[in-house]
Amino acid sequence: MSDRQPGFSTLAIHAGAAPDAATGARATPIYQTTAFAFDDVDQAAALFGLQAFGNIYTRITNPTTAVLEERVAALEGGTAALAVASGHAAQLGVFHTLLRPGDEFIASNKLYGGSINQFNHSFKSFGWNVVWVDMADEEALKRAVSDKTRAIFTESLANPGGVVTDIEMVAKVARAAGVPLIVDNTLATPYLCRPIEYGADIVVHSLTKFMGGHGNSMGGIIVDGGTFDWIASGRYPMLSEPRPEYQGMVLAETFGNFAFAIACRVLGLRDLGAAISPFNAFLIATGIETLPLRMQKHCDNALAVAQWLEAHDKVEWVRYAGLKSDACHGLAQKYLPKGAGAVFTFGVKGGYEAGVKLVSSTGLLSHVANIGDAKSLIIHPASTTHRQLTDAQKTAAGAGPEVVRLSIGIEDVADIIADLEQALAEI
Amino acid sequence: MNHDRYEDAYIRGILDEVKTIAVVGASANTVRPSYFVVKYLISKGYDVVPVNPGQAGKKIAGVMTAASLADIDRPVDMVDIFRNSDAAKGVVEEALRLNPLPKVIWMQLSVRNDEAARLAEAKGVKVVMNRCPKIEYARLCGEIGWAGVASNVISARKPKLQQGFQRFGINRQQKP
Ligand SMILES: Cc1ncc(COP(=O)(O)O)c(C=O)c1O
Repeated sequence: MSDRQPGFSTLAIHAGAAPDAATGARATPIYQTTAFAFDDVDQAAALFGLQAFGNIYTRITNPTTAVLEERVAALEGGTAALAVASGHAAQLGVFHTLLRPGDEFIASNKLYGGSINQFNHSFKSFGWNVVWVDMADEEALKRAVSDKTRAIFTESLANPGGVVTDIEMVAKVARAAGVPLIVDNTLATPYLCRPIEYGADIVVHSLTKFMGGHGNSMGGIIVDGGTFDWIASGRYPMLSEPRPEYQGMVLAETFGNFAFAIACRVLGLRDLGAAISPFNAFLIATGIETLPLRMQKHCDNALAVAQWLEAHDKVEWVRYAGLKSDACHGLAQKYLPKGAGAVFTFGVKGGYEAGVKLVSSTGLLSHVANIGDAKSLIIHPASTTHRQLTDAQKTAAGAGPEVVRLSIGIEDVADIIADLEQALAEI
Repeated sequence: MNHDRYEDAYIRGILDEVKTIAVVGASANTVRPSYFVVKYLISKGYDVVPVNPGQAGKKIAGVMTAASLADIDRPVDMVDIFRNSDAAKGVVEEALRLNPLPKVIWMQLSVRNDEAARLAEAKGVKVVMNRCPKIEYARLCGEIGWAGVASNVISARKPKLQQGFQRFGINRQQKP
């Protein structure tokens, strides 16, 4: 092809995936191998020294996984990406590269409950201190910045509260503070929103969700926006200081605008070890080929279900940024013009008991702790995903006692509505 | 020409055409970016001449270092400049005194000197600025994807295998 910039759907299918060099296989082969043979010791030395490109061992790189990485980097408009075993492993990898013990980072108080747990407990034991803020409150965000702040973390579209972040505003605060903005883009996917275009420096995903799209593979990814100047900052020694692991190499100098992704790989993944299986990478990369079609259908179905619920007399409220009545509708029109995703919450009349009864009564919607499957899913966060949180944290995260979360699939929407109708009748 | 953006075909044409490459500012330190470039270009079959007065007469990555461009005993097709943007002008002037002239002046990532570029272009010498030949080669041949880096190339043509394992060559696409 010439230098035409390919469109999103073309990239979703082609980015990273030329025919196999050895065989011409047109689908991406699954390189289900742990190790790769060296030509000779010179090539081995060049590979270990990061002087040549090539695969050594699947904990660090793998050609099947590389297709997934290049594809997501292209779709997000980043310079490079690193796929790992799960979304949580991606978050661990990002912060391992950015933080030293005693450092702080600012995070939105409306994150996925698992992220709240990870930051509050596991990360604290590494000496990485989270400072929670309401990302909608610009002044509170600015006040939260201290000389120990090393990053700001938010979701573009929060799970499960359906809150849309004003990414440009948060990016401005991050730039003024001299720290990178990390956006978890799991719920939106790059089909709906590309955070790097609004000033994010790093994007992470749980690929387990809409990206893979079929509920069959765990995966996560770190995308390097290539936008942050690590050398000028000097506050991130993993990138700007000589690394003893590589005979004094300075990664930001050697790898320029994709150094962050390389650092997460050759310092983080190499030593922390949360590698994705090549088979999972294959399934997720295949799933991404249909991301634009699936995501549009997810959004269209979700809007129809949300509108139907809004009019139901057993429903107290619906929080879906796609609804005109929603507080985030304005932000959604700016950041998510094609649709506000497919995960949203509603409050069922009758509180905790009614929520538990509802999720026990569906026949088509599956009661699972997951989102982003082709199948429609339902859960009552207060009794499941968010049960470890205090009541105050639950409410702040949009997971109070009456809250039910839906992840609307790509079935016929009339069937989804019919199932919710009969289940609500059981309450 | 506009040096903010280069067509892939322009870069590919250069990397396909040149054979002898002088790398001005090549370091003997094996973890410096300039050493990486020397080593990589050698592995891709280029005849590389490191240029560094401090290392003259010694080998870098197994090949002999010259003290200056004028000291190189054979015609140079491309001069790759690992100096800062200000110093690049002097190197370009030196390169333009070579006989025969080099075909290409290449300034590394973060190095850009538009005045020097105009001098070279006035003599019919092609110019690339603020790019790395190692990255461009690896991007166009497909190797860079193994590191999870976006090549910004999509192709239904299979990569060209070179001799040995995991080595791609630059002519991935059939010429139309
Ligand atoms: C928004 C968000 N981020 C991160 C994660 C964690 O991803 P994983 O389960 O792949 O570790 C999830 C999982 O539900 C999520 O919804």
